[in-house]
Amino acid sequence: MESVVSRATGVPIASREVRWTTVGIVGLVLLVVAQLYGVLTSPPDRDMGHLQKIMYVHVPAAWNAMLAFLLVALASLRYLWKGRLADDLLAASAAEVGMLLTGLTLALGMIWGKPTWGIWWTWEPRLTSTAVLFFMFVAYLILRTFVDDAERRAQWSAVVGLLGALNVPIVYMSVRWWRTLHQMQSSPMTLDSSYTWPLRVNAIALMLLMAYAVAHRYRSAIMTQTADELMDRLALQGAPGGGGSRA
Amino acid sequence: MPATRLPLNHGAGATALVAEGVTRRYGRRWALRGANISVAPGEVVGLEGHNGSGKSTLLRVFSTLIRPTSGKAWVLGEDVRERADWVRGQIALMTYHPGLYDDLTARENLVFAATMLGRDAAGIDAALDRVGLLRDADERVRTFSSGMQRRLSLARLLMQRPRVLLLDEPYNSLDRQGVALVNEVVAEVVRGSEGGAALIVLHDRQSAGALLDRVEVMFQGRIEGQAEPALPAAVDLLAELAS
Amino acid sequence: MSWNDDWRRVRAVALKDLTAERRSKSGLNAVTFLGVLVLMLFGFALGPDTESLRDAAIGAIWLAILFSGVLAFNRSYQLELDGGALEPLLLYPGSRWSIFAGKLLANLAFVGLVELIVIPVAMVLFHVSVPAGWGAQLGVTLLGTIGFVTLGTFYAAMSSRSRSREVLLPLLLFPMMIPVLLGAVEASTSLMEGNVMRDAGAWIRMLLVYDVVFLAAALAVFEFVIEV
Repeated sequence: MESVVSRATGVPIASREVRWTTVGIVGLVLLVVAQLYGVLTSPPDRDMGHLQKIMYVHVPAAWNAMLAFLLVALASLRYLWKGRLADDLLAASAAEVGMLLTGLTLALGMIWGKPTWGIWWTWEPRLTSTAVLFFMFVAYLILRTFVDDAERRAQWSAVVGLLGALNVPIVYMSVRWWRTLHQMQSSPMTLDSSYTWPLRVNAIALMLLMAYAVAHRYRSAIMTQTADELMDRLALQGAPGGGGSRA
Repeated sequence: MPATRLPLNHGAGATALVAEGVTRRYGRRWALRGANISVAPGEVVGLEGHNGSGKSTLLRVFSTLIRPTSGKAWVLGEDVRERADWVRGQIALMTYHPGLYDDLTARENLVFAATMLGRDAAGIDAALDRVGLLRDADERVRTFSSGMQRRLSLARLLMQRPRVLLLDEPYNSLDRQGVALVNEVVAEVVRGSEGGAALIVLHDRQSAGALLDRVEVMFQGRIEGQAEPALPAAVDLLAELAS
Repeated sequence: MSWNDDWRRVRAVALKDLTAERRSKSGLNAVTFLGVLVLMLFGFALGPDTESLRDAAIGAIWLAILFSGVLAFNRSYQLELDGGALEPLLLYPGSRWSIFAGKLLANLAFVGLVELIVIPVAMVLFHVSVPAGWGAQLGVTLLGTIGFVTLGTFYAAMSSRSRSREVLLPLLLFPMMIPVLLGAVEASTSLMEGNVMRDAGAWIRMLLVYDVVFLAAALAVFEFVIEV
């Protein structure tokens, strides 16, 4: 395969493709196995019955969404430090996957909440924090569509991603205090040990799938960027220094 | 990548302005497509070209306001990206916007500028007098005509004590005395400071009079040639390039 | 540049913004009026039962401040964009954080003035009497306002220069405001009820941490926002 290296990002676009596909396949197989294992082996919950199985997706999705936000924050920080456009594209890829995961967490939380508590929405701290996280991902991605200039977009969204990450622990703490003070029912997610193993394996499987999705999205973003640069070089007709270098 | 580096000696004798393969894109549109220019100390260079040929963008690159997408630019031998803050202390940019606060008086605008520049307010009256606005110093800028606003931004430019002038159509909406005033200030800066120079975007070459050492012509984001300052305008060259 | 120079720049930016605002006035009047209007709407939505109005008062006050105050921040940069004044502002050599700090101070004064009208009006409309510990209440209001204005001034530097700025600012700002809203409302409510649960202190500390964290972060990264 021809190795085209993006000048602006410095990332070879064709490398590591096979490795990430492997990660994706392993993640998918592991997820199927873990789901089957969870569904078949763990006994129906005393209160919730088989409804409890939603947890095997709900909880891993929530965990991995946090991970995605951490990735956004780290990539943003690195962009501000080094100024490589590739880090910005990585942050954006992680944010897209993160939004999907928080959305999934919220939807499953509601589907679970209705039969369990008789209400679609509860102001439970973790669920509420996830909702805030979801809105921050959305705001981040909307900001990106509102800014045309690539450098400005990268710089602004890096700052927004970073400040958002600072806010996550504060949101979580404040929402938790708010709940305990108002003495709502505590979270029913106390676990019997027979549930923990399937939960962990599912979390790992979903993490692998997320890594694959982020890598795939990132790679396509780099390819778009590289194509842009090639178009630029054509548009500039070999003008000196017109290749998009950022020395 | 350019194969050669321009020899740049720092300090005395350094080139006033150099651009090397500077490109700049806005979204999908290229405002600069590899512009090269060099202005020596003591030179006053005019910049002509059609609307959208990249003249204003080039001035903004030199001023540090716009980063080049690629290529490099130096002011007095220093890279505009790496030493942006230093460069800002050496240049003065005049754009088609007066860049003033409408609800402040002329004097208040200059006091604000002086504070931001870390200077005291001592020179303000002199600057206002110089541009002929001393009588209107305590009127709000909102009530000024566009020519008066332009004079006021010229007064601010005087307070900056720049070494290199970047002027974008400075003669717009100025009367005969205003034009003479601009030329006076340009001559003063260029001859009066070490390494002083001026790059002036023009449509009407006659206003600059004998001040111009040469005229560079821009076309579609590049410097495409020089014109004789004595001729009324670069019409011929532009017509030739367009065809 | 020395700290002294920086401080003079901060003061110059703040005074310049406030002078322009004082002379045009339109902004302050309109924003204050909107704040009062939001309170009226809450009254219609929740009233006219005195008990439920009183219970909702503090939350209503903060939402009125958020919804009206958010309009102040884009204006603060509009002042620079109108006559192309942002370019000369960015071309003064020296620190950029002083521009942010100056605008922050001016916006604090602006939102403070809005609160000076909105809060008393809310107390009348929602039948709330002046609480015993009004000094502590003022402190809570101040801490909440600092958090709100810090991030509002910061995000407006981006939103005012992008497309759809009216939508973008609240979209960026309000998710960040949840700790401020919770902290200020809970601390105030707790103080109103005589701090029986002894929890007001924890909320005030949380607000303090929030203000310090985001003030430091905003000052540190403002350069990245304004330079491109």
